[in-house]
Amino acid sequence: MAGKTLYDKVWDAHLVDEQEDGTVLLYIDRHLVHEVTSPQAFEGLTLAGRKPWRTDSMLAVADHNVPTTSRDEGIEDPVSRLQVETLDTNCEAFGVTEFSMTDHRQGIVHVIGPEQGATLPGMTVVCGDSHTSTHGAFGALAFGIGTSEVEHVMATQTLLQKKSKSMLVSVDGQVGPGVTAKDIVLAIIGEIGTAGGTGYTIEFGGHAIRALSMEGRMTVCNMSIEAGARAGMVAVDETTIDYIKGRPFAPTAEQWEAAAAAWRTLVSDDDAQFDKVVRIDAAGIEPQVSWGTSPEMVTSVGGVVPNPETVDDATRADGMRRALEYMDLKPDTPMTDIGLDRVFIGSCTNSRIEDLRAAAAVIQNRQVADSIKQALVVPGSGLVKRQAEEEGLDKIFTAAGFEWREPGCSMCLAMNADRLEPGERCASTSNRNFEGRQGAGGRTHLVSPAMAAAAAIAGHFVDVRSFV
Amino acid sequence: MKAFTQIKALAAPMHRSNIDTDAIIPKQFLKSIKRSGFGVNLFDAWRYLDEGFPGQDPNSRQPNPEFVLNQARYAGAQVLISGDNFGCGSSREHAVWALDDYGFRSVIAPSFADIFHNNAFKSGLLPIVLPADVCAKLAEDCENTEGYRLDINLQAKTVTTPDGEVHSFDVDEFRRDCLLNGLDDIGLTLQKRNRIENYESTRRTAAPWLFNSQ
Ligand code: SF4
Repeated sequence: MAGKTLYDKVWDAHLVDEQEDGTVLLYIDRHLVHEVTSPQAFEGLTLAGRKPWRTDSMLAVADHNVPTTSRDEGIEDPVSRLQVETLDTNCEAFGVTEFSMTDHRQGIVHVIGPEQGATLPGMTVVCGDSHTSTHGAFGALAFGIGTSEVEHVMATQTLLQKKSKSMLVSVDGQVGPGVTAKDIVLAIIGEIGTAGGTGYTIEFGGHAIRALSMEGRMTVCNMSIEAGARAGMVAVDETTIDYIKGRPFAPTAEQWEAAAAAWRTLVSDDDAQFDKVVRIDAAGIEPQVSWGTSPEMVTSVGGVVPNPETVDDATRADGMRRALEYMDLKPDTPMTDIGLDRVFIGSCTNSRIEDLRAAAAVIQNRQVADSIKQALVVPGSGLVKRQAEEEGLDKIFTAAGFEWREPGCSMCLAMNADRLEPGERCASTSNRNFEGRQGAGGRTHLVSPAMAAAAAIAGHFVDVRSFV
Repeated sequence: MKAFTQIKALAAPMHRSNIDTDAIIPKQFLKSIKRSGFGVNLFDAWRYLDEGFPGQDPNSRQPNPEFVLNQARYAGAQVLISGDNFGCGSSREHAVWALDDYGFRSVIAPSFADIFHNNAFKSGLLPIVLPADVCAKLAEDCENTEGYRLDINLQAKTVTTPDGEVHSFDVDEFRRDCLLNGLDDIGLTLQKRNRIENYESTRRTAAPWLFNSQ
């Protein structure tokens, strides 16, 4: 019998029941909760007279609607305020641990889970949020669910699931200097497409992935949903285990050795069979910039805006035309000729300490270009913010003309006050360049933190490698 | 859950790929803590010329005459024919609630994003996967034929066109059963309470660190 993949191992360890058609009841270890997708679930519980099965599996935080300016005044928008207050009330009523808006540990749910050690290898982790895939970086099986499923997990600690197929994306060899985890994952999506992972759970492997820090692995897994995958995973190694040690929710002294030993088995067996294998040469990956309205519409910074007339597939060409019109871009324009209005460094993809360090390193002793209306840095959590301040990164950003904000989702999706105006163009370290994502009519280009920083200085995209 | 058995209903074509959940229901409407009332903002940015925000008077909006669902011939459509990767993007079930609230009972596409596909069943919105060329043909016929109605039979797992052409589709048995009978997942799962408890106690011994909290 062939060996098991990492996905098989975690899946098998969580089977509670299996029906004839292959639908299984999967046990859920960790349930992260935020304000946008939970109110109707809590309400559903209440209406049915049900209680959460295991409140200690839950950790809640408000992130999407929170202001990134001072929190002292509360939330100005009454609709946003009500949603955040509803989370507070529900967590209190049901006894769920919540990091409230003024807690110094508050932040984006996918940043604080790992930061607190609430995300552990081998766990099943869910959240009513598609970027739950982030937590797969720890060798966990982590995926986003809808609100009805949030309610199902609250009430039963399980989910009804069917197993997906498995894909190995092996990024072989070494990336060049200035090429980051973000560039790797954008290049992968550019290669396999936004539906390339549909029906699959992806394991990211290969030397270039192994060489990444936990922050980098989280960036890669974060965007596996952008390739359509159910989840993204990275095998456990010493990098994983070192990251977890000493975090608040991590195993205590007497459990630690047993836990770490169990985690070390969370790798795909040598003879494991994947349903699909994609190999990518790391050395060929260059810093990436998206040009369209889907994350697969991406190219190297040295490239040009593609021309739909050269594409045979009519539906694809049509999609490209629509995207170019929305983005107000002409075919064959060099990416480095694209000027920007705003720069956003933040989101659950790229707002961790390593991301801020990378951006600060590019910015140091330079100034944001005059043509840039706003350059924002939004740390992923209160703890990231504090660490960055201890390292003096905030000073580097503000001296260059960046605004240094409080943690939250912010301009990643513009549910709070941070947004693009219609027609504005933004270099963003977030994960989605959909129409209107960062504000109605706004135009998003996805890049790495270092590339965003360089673009802020130059006023247009530049190859960060010519900066370093 | 709302049951789905059979409908014979007007279809509308939106034959493009990667219709994402941000397009289906833009983020400003996700601030609602309710499950209903999303239909007026379905496809908001495409459907209206003015910018939408929560709490607006729907009569004050400027519909975009170019947008397909604003054409009189598609009023009352219950079936949407779309392109690849429908519902990609965020996990927001609000996208399904908006389609449902607007009046859609089924979406036909060559492929769906995983989370959207799961969510759809929970509100009795039937996602039907048909081959890309079939979807393209249905969309084309729909555009060329006023009053184009599709007959969708979940029991038989078929879509029948006005010309009598029958396309079969696949759906998980368990999901089909839940949908046909309007069964509540949570109630069903709670019938297995003992199994969940047994699993939990075994696991608690084997991997106690999974049960730590702060
Ligand atoms: S940062 Fe953006 S992608 Fe991440 S959870 Fe927040 S809104 Fe979603």
